[in-house]
Amino acid sequence: MKRVFGAEARRGLARGLVLCGLTLATVLMFDAVTHMLLAETPFGGVRPGAEPQASGIFGWLLARQSEFYREMSATIRAAKSDGSAVFTLLAISFAYGIFHAAGPGHGKAVISSYLVANQETARRGVVLSFASALMQSLVAVVLVGIFAWLLNATAKTMCGAEKAIEIASYALIAAFGARLVWVKGGGFMRALQVQQPTPATALAAQSRGLDHHHAPGHGHDHHDHDHDHHHHEHDEHCGHSHGPLPGELGGPGGWRRGFGAILAVGLRPCSGAILVLVFALAQGLFWAGVAATFVMGLGTAITVTAIALMALSAKDLARRLSGAREGGGALIMRGVEFGAAGLVLLFGVGLLFGYLAAERVTCF
Amino acid sequence: MGILVRRLMGMLLLAGALAIAPQVAQAHPHVWIKATSELLYAPDGAITGVRHAWTFDDMFSTYALQGIESKTKGVYSRDELAALAQTNVESLKEFGYFTFARADGKKQKLLEPIDYFLEYRDGLLTLHFTLPLKTPVKSRELALEVFDPTFFVDFKYADKDPVTLVGAPPACRTSFQRPNDGTASAQTLGEQNFMSGENSNFGAMFANKIAVACP
Repeated sequence: MKRVFGAEARRGLARGLVLCGLTLATVLMFDAVTHMLLAETPFGGVRPGAEPQASGIFGWLLARQSEFYREMSATIRAAKSDGSAVFTLLAISFAYGIFHAAGPGHGKAVISSYLVANQETARRGVVLSFASALMQSLVAVVLVGIFAWLLNATAKTMCGAEKAIEIASYALIAAFGARLVWVKGGGFMRALQVQQPTPATALAAQSRGLDHHHAPGHGHDHHDHDHDHHHHEHDEHCGHSHGPLPGELGGPGGWRRGFGAILAVGLRPCSGAILVLVFALAQGLFWAGVAATFVMGLGTAITVTAIALMALSAKDLARRLSGAREGGGALIMRGVEFGAAGLVLLFGVGLLFGYLAAERVTCF
Repeated sequence: MGILVRRLMGMLLLAGALAIAPQVAQAHPHVWIKATSELLYAPDGAITGVRHAWTFDDMFSTYALQGIESKTKGVYSRDELAALAQTNVESLKEFGYFTFARADGKKQKLLEPIDYFLEYRDGLLTLHFTLPLKTPVKSRELALEVFDPTFFVDFKYADKDPVTLVGAPPACRTSFQRPNDGTASAQTLGEQNFMSGENSNFGAMFANKIAVACP
């Protein structure tokens, strides 16, 4: 294991500063997001001094999204007489999904935070993003299939069900976040303790800290066997970042631990998909709506994956930079994970109590 | 170190892009409404209320009609749509009916809708309803904004006679300003505007602004 001492310490300090910058940037970024989300729910009045702000790029992107979305109804109508219009519909749905997932909801923030908190591999990040997006599609199809197709219920009834599902989803995210905070809080506290060692135990504590720090990267179950990390043996890879090994994903409980994230995020269907499905059903082309919904989900998954991978590589870089630092590296990484776990909890609670606005359910 | 720092800068840029991304697409309309509005005046020249006629788009009209029974397939009478109309106006309360009024700069309270009904024509639903002002008011400058701050609903006023005055004093003049649809400002967007993050009130740029001046 490489270690830095003496003159290298100054370099370590520089890295620490850079790390602080990265952390600050992350905090600012989430602040901006939260601020924006909070500002999104000012119903019941115009905020004083709210002057229109021209912002062409936003307007342009919104316009693209709107266009794709609006074309869907026309294309579904066209598909009634011209079967080839279905391909156009699928293409539009795909493009729409990609653009649309950048908006609120769709679990970008929750999934990214979860991945960072849980030291998940990039590969698992991809799978989680795709699974949750596809589950969103599935829930939309099942919801419309049962309520509109089988029961011929009104939009109002369907909307009630949608709202109930939404609340369940937010509660799950909050519960999931609470569990992460509990687990990661423990890791953070342990890292804090090894941070103030007596000189005699410093070296031992340090290597312990590093071992602990890198253990999750090797695919150990972080939820249930957190204390096991210290007992594992580590090789020369310690202190270096490495990609996921195929074997890491096949371990016991490998996919199961991500299931909570998929369920929490994927439970809430997208309002747009439900509108499209009901419209397709009314045109007698329910299957085309179903196909469009899944292709939309595919587009969504791609965007969510891209964002989740960015979050993961940011963390990977932070780990690399802190890897050579004495002891403190582990503390920083534990802190980042703890913070990300806290974010999942915050998102859940914020969504549940209406402080954060996701995409609105169509209820009028 | 040098490579790492360079990569870090890259990551920071990405983080910045991420911070902006949700704003880029934080919402887009799922419902389109083609609107006309009448401003109702009492004989003494005080404005008493606003009467809206909102025609929903194809997709939303179909969605709203889901599960509504009608005697003749594809034809819905006003009575058959009565329950839906009530659901509509009740749900709109939460959003302040997307209508925001000021008389001489003072915010006006609107009461719950009266005389509301739905009309079905050519596959589209039109919701008619009147929003009475809590207290009729005589004002030199009346400002009315119609928009959804979250831009879930896109309001587009009719090209012809978007706003009419009913029983207003003859000297009153209306002016109407359509929202910025984003295309016009595409060229004027500055770097500063983009980076400052001051887009939090972004729904306001979709506001339809009606002003009535009664000297």
